[in-house]
Amino acid sequence: MTALTDLTLTAARDGLARRAFSAAELTEAHLAAIEALNPRINAFITVTAERARAQAAAADAALARGEGGPLAGLPIAIKDLFCTEGVRTTAGSRILGPFVPPYESTVTAQLRRDGAVFLGKANLDEFAMGSSNMTSAYGPVANPWRRRQDADAVLVPGGSSGGSAAAVAGRLALGATGTDTGGSIRQPASFCGVAGIKPTYGRCSRWGIVAFASSLDQAGPFARTVQDCALLLRSMAGFDPKDSTSAELAVPDFVAACGRGVRGLRIGVPREYRSDGMAGEIERLWQQGLDWLREAGAEIVDVSLPHTKYGLATYYIVAPAEASSNLARYDGVRFGLREDGADLTELYERTRGAGFGAEVRRRVLIGTYVLSAGYYDAYYLRAQKVRALILRDFTEAFREVDALLTPTTPTAAFAQGEKMDDPITMYLNDVFTVPANMAGVPGLSVPAGLDAQGLPLGLQVIGRPFDEETVFAVGSVLERAAGFDALPAVRAGVPG
Amino acid sequence: MSLDPATVRRIARLARIHVEEGEVARLQQELNGILGWIEQLNEIDVTDVEPLTGAAHMALRMREDAVTDGGIRDALLANAPERAGDFFAVPKVVE
Repeated sequence: MTALTDLTLTAARDGLARRAFSAAELTEAHLAAIEALNPRINAFITVTAERARAQAAAADAALARGEGGPLAGLPIAIKDLFCTEGVRTTAGSRILGPFVPPYESTVTAQLRRDGAVFLGKANLDEFAMGSSNMTSAYGPVANPWRRRQDADAVLVPGGSSGGSAAAVAGRLALGATGTDTGGSIRQPASFCGVAGIKPTYGRCSRWGIVAFASSLDQAGPFARTVQDCALLLRSMAGFDPKDSTSAELAVPDFVAACGRGVRGLRIGVPREYRSDGMAGEIERLWQQGLDWLREAGAEIVDVSLPHTKYGLATYYIVAPAEASSNLARYDGVRFGLREDGADLTELYERTRGAGFGAEVRRRVLIGTYVLSAGYYDAYYLRAQKVRALILRDFTEAFREVDALLTPTTPTAAFAQGEKMDDPITMYLNDVFTVPANMAGVPGLSVPAGLDAQGLPLGLQVIGRPFDEETVFAVGSVLERAAGFDALPAVRAGVPG
Repeated sequence: MSLDPATVRRIARLARIHVEEGEVARLQQELNGILGWIEQLNEIDVTDVEPLTGAAHMALRMREDAVTDGGIRDALLANAPERAGDFFAVPKVVE
């Protein structure tokens, strides 16, 4: 029999339903994997073993009564950006080190409603600002994958949802939640060889998720298959009056959409994504993906997104501006870290100076500058206009095509310590993922192949607003064609 | 537009972030690097383009003007770094 930690969410659900094993056994297997591997991977900031055992016991009781929800007894990891009632929520920051939320985020409340078991809180870049998980105040996360040569080098899992992606890849959890502001689900999914989707802005409630850039932030799932992502998203999504930008739309059956196929669909290839500097193996994988979709009956169409190359620069005005405003609440008065000062202003400055790491400070300062008197029009207002042009590009492209296919990232995972000298080198990781956040459209990363070093590479499917179903359909076809079955070097059940 | 050390200090003050004097030069270099890279947006003609504030393709909803929450004083104060009775406590503000 397959080890319990190697199951897909769907197979685990089916196994629980036919009593092949209990939720308690499934949770114990994952807690044992965490105990064995978390000291090496550091995917979890907080492990909630006793709560997980209690939730698993409750799931077993519900299943025995024939009442379990769609996720009854399935152990998952929660990015430590989702507030969880009574469980410390750090956002990867020192400033929230002592914070225990007295309330539960809507997304996690819905996962609990449907019976999921929470193993703990997953590591992340501080306030979700980063593409490597190196900015976490709780230490970096090790990518479970290793290069064929230079196998001692510890690679980053990507970020900001690095702990979530590493936990799923390393078999420490069957699935995980993440958030994606500029690529923070899709880039780590690609780096760790798992699937991850950023749904349409407004599909999942932002209520109770520590805010980074409110017009861009969106929650989504990680899992080892596209269908498992669909299963998790079904529970995470839905209208919430507590989030003013939550979409008042019914949640479709995303799992059913995975089986639709792509026959007759028109798939766009944005020509501007084909930069001169693109690595040959990324280019080849992209072409391979297009061939797979063509063979499955889709029509491939060239499209143009002329403003896409400005996505990243626009992002680095809009996101820091919103962050500088959102993070103003961390002042050392009502919750979190406090550093004392002679007066109130000094208390604020000392608290924020000590509580925020280098990347968060940089972004708050940039955001403060682009919003300050005399510079607002030149930076922030101009960025909002460029953002309108980026959205227009997508709207026009989606008149011609049903979905877009691009690489997820310009490279495979890099080593810890690389790309740290210059902030912009790190920012360029998100060049293919940021435009979807600017436009609010859904994007899915599917593991599709390996690079020459044996590291996973992902392909990204971008869809129309609120058409995650087509995204899942296209992603499922890519997944079947790719037959991605490579395994990371570090994973549960492997001695090391 | 290049930031000088005085502007870096002014921004830090506006952001209420304490910056050591020895950090100013490095921050100045990093912020100027980012702002220089952002200058590429000046290539784009944005004449008559309406700014886009968000990705939600909808108008904000109205709701009843009614109290729907409250009575959670102890939960709110539970995370206070310092409290005095039922209040958050800070250093003296008014002399």
